[in-house]
Amino acid sequence: MSEKNDSNPNETELDTEHWLQAYEQMVKIRTFEETANDLYTSARMPGITHLYIGEEAIAVGICEALRQDDYITSTHRGHGHCLAKGADLDRMFAELLGKEAGYCRGKGGSMHIADQETGNLGANGIVGGSAGIATGAGMSIKLRGTDQVSVCFFGDGALGQGLLYESMNMAQLWKLPVIYVCENNQYGEYTHNSKTAAGSMVGRASGFGVHAQAIDGQDIRTVHATARLVIERARKGGGPAFLVCNTYRFRGHHVGDIDRPYRTREEEAEWAKRDPLTLLEDWLLKSEQAEKQVLERIQQEVKTAVDDAVAFAEEASFPSESEVDRHVYA
Amino acid sequence: MSTLENGTRCSPAIHAPGERQITFGQAIREAIAEEMARDENVFVIGEDVAEAGSVFKVLVGLLDEFGPERVIDSPISEAGIAGIGVGAAITGMRPIVDIMFGDFTTLVMDQLVNQAAKTHYMSGGKLTVPMVLRTTLGASRRSAAQHSQSLHALFSHIPGLKVALPATPYDAKGLMKTAIRDDNPVVIFEDKMLYQEKGPVPEEEYTLPLGQADVKRTGEDITIIATSSMVYVGLEAADKLASIGISAELIDPRTTNPLDSDTLIQSAKKTSRALVLDEGYRQYGVTGEIASVIADGAFYYLDAPVKRIGAMNVPVPFSPAMEDLTIPDADDVVETAKAMCAGDS
Ligand SMILES: Cc1ncc(C[n+]2csc(CCOP(=O)(O)OP(=O)(O)O)c2C)c(N)n1
Ligand SMILES: [Mg+2]
Repeated sequence: MSEKNDSNPNETELDTEHWLQAYEQMVKIRTFEETANDLYTSARMPGITHLYIGEEAIAVGICEALRQDDYITSTHRGHGHCLAKGADLDRMFAELLGKEAGYCRGKGGSMHIADQETGNLGANGIVGGSAGIATGAGMSIKLRGTDQVSVCFFGDGALGQGLLYESMNMAQLWKLPVIYVCENNQYGEYTHNSKTAAGSMVGRASGFGVHAQAIDGQDIRTVHATARLVIERARKGGGPAFLVCNTYRFRGHHVGDIDRPYRTREEEAEWAKRDPLTLLEDWLLKSEQAEKQVLERIQQEVKTAVDDAVAFAEEASFPSESEVDRHVYA
Repeated sequence: MSTLENGTRCSPAIHAPGERQITFGQAIREAIAEEMARDENVFVIGEDVAEAGSVFKVLVGLLDEFGPERVIDSPISEAGIAGIGVGAAITGMRPIVDIMFGDFTTLVMDQLVNQAAKTHYMSGGKLTVPMVLRTTLGASRRSAAQHSQSLHALFSHIPGLKVALPATPYDAKGLMKTAIRDDNPVVIFEDKMLYQEKGPVPEEEYTLPLGQADVKRTGEDITIIATSSMVYVGLEAADKLASIGISAELIDPRTTNPLDSDTLIQSAKKTSRALVLDEGYRQYGVTGEIASVIADGAFYYLDAPVKRIGAMNVPVPFSPAMEDLTIPDADDVVETAKAMCAGDS
């Protein structure tokens, strides 16, 4: 189920240069994910991975409204969040391949990328597992008296986890600057959320008095405008917010889920009409902010950067044996 | 072995000619289906257990056979479904709660440890919790630290819980059936890497008692006690040891709680050496408990200190280059056993 979208906020528009930057970030995520899929299918990547394709407008729309020193927590489907918050392609790929040059020295892999320099407190393999961490970062911001914010990304499946509700309650009680971003892609693994989530999604947060709204997660302009409002509000001590971003994962739950028997090709085709990249491209062209060649050049540049990053990662070395018991304790 | 390959540490299953061969996964499924047919109070609840037949495809077909009232897809609410399991069990049902990865059992700790394990005792024997919690263990799938742990020692520590960790299809079916019929909460750990392993399972119905070890191979010089997938590592090691003239006996306790101490001690007395092998973290784990049971019971018969091999005391790393170092393999066992038999351990 998609929550009914609330009306668009007054758009706080970026200038063209920033929209093109957002476009580049979205293309970067799309290309990264397509490449990760290729690495999997050609048996060049260990394990499996969860692709963010189709949901790019959310990570980029939110992160473009954040500062470098703001925090995010991410999920098993986390590459988009990490890149949107500023992660480098080469160290991302190196981590996916289990190399020492990776963000986590090969220890974390696809599901656990963390990068304190860009405020990424870590992706999480436990559904809903970062609700407490993001809220704790909000607590720390309040105690340290800064004007940072903390964004908690999670899927609609995490609505099943009690920790989320304990956390939101405290965030509202203590007016913590935490933005809870529910990426409602309709499914948790192979089960549609109409079978797992009773009642209203936004109602779960508004019951605590948390500012809550549902928005179109395919349209980066809506996501970004909404994000700016709730983030500014949180910076000024206005407390937490909860955004349900309606979206769809265009691929399977993970790279190995190719048959997708739990959903119809028709449903997928409907959502494909609302590809977040195409929506932004169409708008940029129609509003005459960019010509087709400009967008194509961006795509080409990203493609080259991704290819270079993969080459870097494939050439990088595996961690040495002595790495295995380092970092168990600080 | 290529470092990219997902781990392949299982030797071929143990064969007994003439018998029907089914996989470990099929054995689990059969046990559950038979018990559901036998007792209408048995039901299954968990994430993606019904329509998808579980993420490891172990439960495929149960939904068609028993319907959505008895094979229930739940939200991603581990604590919630465990709690529902406890409450339903106390009031007459026999729930099977499915926790996809053993790592997620940390989310059900209160319901299992403080509620399920203690209800019978605290109520002075009035209430019972006949519930099964089935989950997984085992690394080597390149799944990193939150999807690879073997946490059975945590539950083995708790009075009031029973813990089974079958290694073969035969044991899996027999132990699962008994667990479902048991009037206590039983946690079953299944190794994710074993689901496709085939082994002999008779057509006729049977059950296996909880608390009875199984001798998987007889030998004279050293006893290897191994659990779950480590049984195969132990057997591979026993083959290698045989080729250098060391005869190893391999015993699988099959349940860690209750633990069949007698069988372990008798074997150690016979061979005069014991080596314990388990995929849990080595520190404060199953190997420590079993080693102390043997040291206690067979001390005067031993020619070497009891040794133990477990997973390295580190979170399971993602990179294949590191992950494989953390899990015991046959060579580790051979080296340790050789040293013990040479008297230089
Ligand atoms: C606590 C916990 N339970 C179960 C899982 C297994 N699992 C991994 S992803 C997933 C579905 C998550 O769905 P959602 O939160 O909607 O995120 P999406 O995959 O749709 O992005 C599940 C059940 C897990 N990782 N953690
Ligand atoms: Mg989802």
